[in-house]
Amino acid sequence: MPFYVSPEQQMKDKADYARKGIARGRSVVVLQYADGILFVADNPSRALHKISEIYDRIAFAAVGKYNEFENLRLGGVRYADVNGYQYDRRDVTARGLANVYAQSLGTIFTETNKPYEVELVVAEVGESAETDQIYRLTFDGSVADEHGYVAMGGQADAVAQALKDRYTEGASLADALRVAVQSLEAQDSDRHLEAKSLEVAVLDRNREHRLFRRLPAARIGELLGSTESGAAESSEGGSAGGASGA
Amino acid sequence: MASHESQTGRSSGLFASPDTSSFTEFLGAYSPELLPGRRSLPASVSAGEEIPHGTTIVAVAFPGGVVMAGDRRATAGHMIAQRDIEKVFRADEFSAIAIAGTAGIGIEMVRLFQVELEHYEKREGRTLSIEGKANRLATMVRQNLGMAMQGLAVVPLFAGYDEVRDVGRIFSYDPAGGRYEERDFHSIGSGSVFARGALKKLYRPDLSAEDAALVCVQALYDAADDDSATGGPDLTRRIFPVVASVTSDGYRRLGEDEVGALARTVVDGRYDSPGGPTAPLR
Repeated sequence: MPFYVSPEQQMKDKADYARKGIARGRSVVVLQYADGILFVADNPSRALHKISEIYDRIAFAAVGKYNEFENLRLGGVRYADVNGYQYDRRDVTARGLANVYAQSLGTIFTETNKPYEVELVVAEVGESAETDQIYRLTFDGSVADEHGYVAMGGQADAVAQALKDRYTEGASLADALRVAVQSLEAQDSDRHLEAKSLEVAVLDRNREHRLFRRLPAARIGELLGSTESGAAESSEGGSAGGASGA
Repeated sequence: MASHESQTGRSSGLFASPDTSSFTEFLGAYSPELLPGRRSLPASVSAGEEIPHGTTIVAVAFPGGVVMAGDRRATAGHMIAQRDIEKVFRADEFSAIAIAGTAGIGIEMVRLFQVELEHYEKREGRTLSIEGKANRLATMVRQNLGMAMQGLAVVPLFAGYDEVRDVGRIFSYDPAGGRYEERDFHSIGSGSVFARGALKKLYRPDLSAEDAALVCVQALYDAADDDSATGGPDLTRRIFPVVASVTSDGYRRLGEDEVGALARTVVDGRYDSPGGPTAPLR
């Protein structure tokens, strides 16, 4: 006969397990800037994304185990497309999606032995900064409504502290990106992040139709160079102005 | 917002099988009633006559892209059901789709096709090849075969920019789902016979994007001239054909000013020569 384990202990063990898993990875930051919402991940991979498009105005960022958050991302795309098809494109909201994720994560946390080791941000860009929505979801299905900036994964506390010191409302894209990169560098004392080791995307409210856009490495280097002296990475692939949100 | 119970029940379906990047396939398992072509119809009724039908669509390829245009009329039997219907749509960044036939089913097919392409792109992180898109559309047309047999046929015309070969390409379909790649130009719908005759005489391999659009408007004028179900440019109400181009810069629908200017050029020209531009005899 198995030993009795109290529900409190069981939940605590699961939560500790999930927290440890999430802290092992690298950080992601999400912050509002003048034209929308900026997502920056310390992620050298060009193919395995931590930041993705969900719908016209909604994007997704995640840290933790890839297969687990990828499964959530794919489900989120389905949720958005089914609802947009059935009703109207305007009827797909970040709030609705955050609820679905919260239900799903909560069920997995309480009903299975192994909780998901993930943390997510679901963000929707509005007509103005006041109507932007950023939801942060943790492994147990709790939802928090965030304003300004979010840091998660890896040494999240150190990054959040760095963001708190540097973040200003209504910053330009270049300034916001620089703040994000400096904050991510706070993970370790000797960490230096180059354009190649960053995954950057924006929800830009001035675009049309699908507002999500990834920034190619050349553009990231250009933006970092425009505010930081000495960074000599110039544009290689031309401007990213007309690129589609693939 | 749906109730909690239904939401947990449903959301589990969102994260589970089938493991596919096709929106249509997923919807078939998740909510099959939302798919066109899965509905049962009463046997042997020809409902076709009284339901609005979309009419003429033309497409012309030019070096580096393709132009597609459609008139604005929908007919139900002998009546004009709508005089400003739109039948040419953006499929995705590099392709356009237009429909002829039963308007309701056609527009539903277009919406499904648009979501299909975007869904694949978001899930897989890449866009489908142009052949992949064309084949996917063929499957959707084929699923409508049962309704087509009962008089609710719809036929799309698909055109896009091939990024690999840097050319515009045109694909046509039959109600059974046959997919045919067309060279240079094509037209579908009730006025297509007349439009195609015009296209044949006006097409040149070195058309500019603007001239290709003009060829489309000329061909639609000729279709409207001889086919009662096709609408001509309506200068008094400012209702002009929908004209869209797809090039390496992506899909672009021409503005009302641009199409209005083309339509006026065509109509003005017809005062002198009602049959339109003449081709050299030798």
